[in-house]
Amino acid sequence: MTDQKASEIRNLDGHDESKKITRRQFIAGASALGLSAALSPALVPSSAFAAQGPQKGGHFKMGMAGGHTTDSLDTALIADQVADCTNYALRNNLVEVDHKGNAVPELAESWDASKDAATWHFNLRKGVEFHNGKTMDSEDVIFSIRHHMGKDSKSGAKGLINQIEDIKKDGKDKVVFTLKTGNADFPYILNDYHLTIVPAGTQGEQWEKGIGTGGYILEAWEPGVKSIVRRNPNYYKSDRAHFESAEVLSIADTNARTNALRTGQVDYMNRVELKTIHLFQRAKNINIIQVNGGYHYTLAMLTDTPPYDNNDVRLALKYAIDREELVKKFLRGYGSVGNDQPIHPGNRFYANDLPQRQYDPDKAKFHLKKAGLSQHTFDLHTSEHGGFMDISTLYQQSAAKAGIKINMVKEPEDGYWSNVWLNKAFCHGYWGARPTADMAFSVAYSGKAKWNETRLQNKRLDELVLAARSELDDAKRKEMYRECQMIIRDEGGTIVPFFKDYVEASNEKIGHGTVSGLWESDAHRVIERWWFKS
Amino acid sequence: MENLTQLIFKRCLASVATLFVISIIIFIGVELLPGDVAQAVLGQQATPETVDAFRKELKLDLPPMVRYGAWLKGVAHGDFGNSLANGRPVADQIGWRLGNTLFLALLTSAIAVPLAICLGMLAAFYRNTLFDRCISISTLSFISFPEFFIAYILILVFSIQLNWLPSLAAVNENMGLGTRIYTVLLPAMTLTCVVTAHMMRQTRAAIINVLASAYIEMAQIKGIKRLRIIVLHAFPNSLSPVINVVALNMAYLIVGVVIVEVVFVYPGLGQLLVDSVAKRDLPVVQASGLIFSVVYILLNLIADILSMLSNPKLRQSRI
Repeated sequence: MTDQKASEIRNLDGHDESKKITRRQFIAGASALGLSAALSPALVPSSAFAAQGPQKGGHFKMGMAGGHTTDSLDTALIADQVADCTNYALRNNLVEVDHKGNAVPELAESWDASKDAATWHFNLRKGVEFHNGKTMDSEDVIFSIRHHMGKDSKSGAKGLINQIEDIKKDGKDKVVFTLKTGNADFPYILNDYHLTIVPAGTQGEQWEKGIGTGGYILEAWEPGVKSIVRRNPNYYKSDRAHFESAEVLSIADTNARTNALRTGQVDYMNRVELKTIHLFQRAKNINIIQVNGGYHYTLAMLTDTPPYDNNDVRLALKYAIDREELVKKFLRGYGSVGNDQPIHPGNRFYANDLPQRQYDPDKAKFHLKKAGLSQHTFDLHTSEHGGFMDISTLYQQSAAKAGIKINMVKEPEDGYWSNVWLNKAFCHGYWGARPTADMAFSVAYSGKAKWNETRLQNKRLDELVLAARSELDDAKRKEMYRECQMIIRDEGGTIVPFFKDYVEASNEKIGHGTVSGLWESDAHRVIERWWFKS
Repeated sequence: MENLTQLIFKRCLASVATLFVISIIIFIGVELLPGDVAQAVLGQQATPETVDAFRKELKLDLPPMVRYGAWLKGVAHGDFGNSLANGRPVADQIGWRLGNTLFLALLTSAIAVPLAICLGMLAAFYRNTLFDRCISISTLSFISFPEFFIAYILILVFSIQLNWLPSLAAVNENMGLGTRIYTVLLPAMTLTCVVTAHMMRQTRAAIINVLASAYIEMAQIKGIKRLRIIVLHAFPNSLSPVINVVALNMAYLIVGVVIVEVVFVYPGLGQLLVDSVAKRDLPVVQASGLIFSVVYILLNLIADILSMLSNPKLRQSRI
């Protein structure tokens, strides 16, 4: 709860200026709610960056976790940091979500919706050229979006855009989307990192050439090793793409990244090791960048599988976790406590009147006894992946104090998402921030959601999510989303122990504006947004 | 020399059979792993439909025997196929990485082998003195630490404190030989620490073994200096076990250095193999596995040949 991002995300999809609150107000408010951890001193230099204007030129080197030799630049397959950041250097979305959480034009110049929010017209920017010289038009947009649709698509965005009924062109510079049901947040969906625009007809090995409309042209791409990009002299944005060239080095080992930044071999690194961050902060010329946009961990119980089909069991397990301790010990303060539902306090639809669930061994005991399972041992499936083991261990101990026996079942890191998650009755997961409340609910809590990690089937919740989606009255919408949060918190199968900050670091030569917390690395757009200070 | 060519011929035939068996074992191994490339690549994003679509595209819905047959046919025609994960030709991915791996292995060998043999000779020369014990203790300590620990210590000293050497061994194709050696010096030093002890101890033991022979006693009686006896009389006759150990260590340097590659971000074959196994990318795993097998087989063959050449008894005998 310590960063400026939180306050800006509060305005997510807000076009209403009066709703904006300053960071100071937000922090004060958050403290009053008892949500605030200590304000990190690391913030001060990071916000001071904004004062220095962007300089052109220089070779920007990034040391990144999240690169694999199996990475691809096929937009359907993009899944991790190195490919993400490379993709955003090379290509653009129709719509960009800025650091304040507003949907702003990128390749689409403007858009408008029908009254039921089911038909959307997008006017494309004219005269934008791909790196191969072709002028971008509606054909390319339709091809790029259709790439993720249909039976044969293997895209990670498939679930997200199956709400699209049809896409049609209306001349060269206009595209019309028809949705199955109205969605007031549709432009936000077009900011998804899979939905970047490529020339129509891109196929096979052409994907790896990285042709797009972006601020940089691909010079070298070796999956799992590095990508090198050089500035696109034809770029249509004049206030972006400041570096002359950039290089994304895939550095899986945290120590190697840290050393590389300390010795000046890279200018920027992601995923700073929190266990040693207090030592790292002492290093000269290093700035820690900390942002929070709603990235959260979950412990998911399958609500259709005994004993987790009993809400008392779920409540007992929710009361048995010590959230404050996890934030303090596991996150070293780089995060904030969760309240068993996915909406982050920075989101404008966050229901701030829901009481924060506290660690309460007595209530946990009570609910467990009510369920008649006081002697039961709960198998929690865990893994080295993402620090799950550390969380499980702390949880096991706090639960033991409530008389709840948790048995940790260690699963291999390899194949965790395919074999454990969504399959085991009680296991760990994590979620990146979703830019809108609708996406957060419909991706993981709606009855039909593919990633409904708790197999929650709540009719009322499903109705609310659907109704709120096309509701244009903000007050009504807020009330609906409040109820959704309450249902998930009190009846759902998810424990949300905390929201985790993205913690990254750069050397002092690097300048940037306010960093977005939507995804890591300034929402993956670090290469086109940041610059070298003179 | 006749039996030597015979040996090489026989061993080559056996190697082909071995490689065939290895490829089957790798294939079965990867098949037995839970999940497949479609699930692994899509990861948390996988849904039943996307996984099915992906499987179909990659022909993973065909029975295993058919897929193995198709792969084998390709290899027999010299085509290792394309990576399942990103569709790039396997040969493109492996070629330059193999070059990097061999470069690091050769550089390390160029440092470690002479170093180990000299230390071994000196240890034999000063047998059971304080000097001998010091060499043994220090090299054995190095081999006892995990590789990454030695790597981090070296990085701490040479990159962070002294700022002499880069902590990332980020080589690229435009580098000259000098720069390239400078860039990979730290990983080479780390690996030298790891492999020296084994070779040094073997050299020492082999020489000491030979020192008990009658002809060494003869040489001593003739009044030849001890150092000369060791270098010129004892060492050549203890070459055979030393060659074997050197070959084994060189094989290790090529196939087993993935941790050092990760710590120094060195783009070698090890990292590729680990990533490909994690993603169940069978063609890449197969190709890397076969390369590693070939390395083992070749180095063992070379070791055997050199042992024979260095040993007159073996040179004359029939196999």
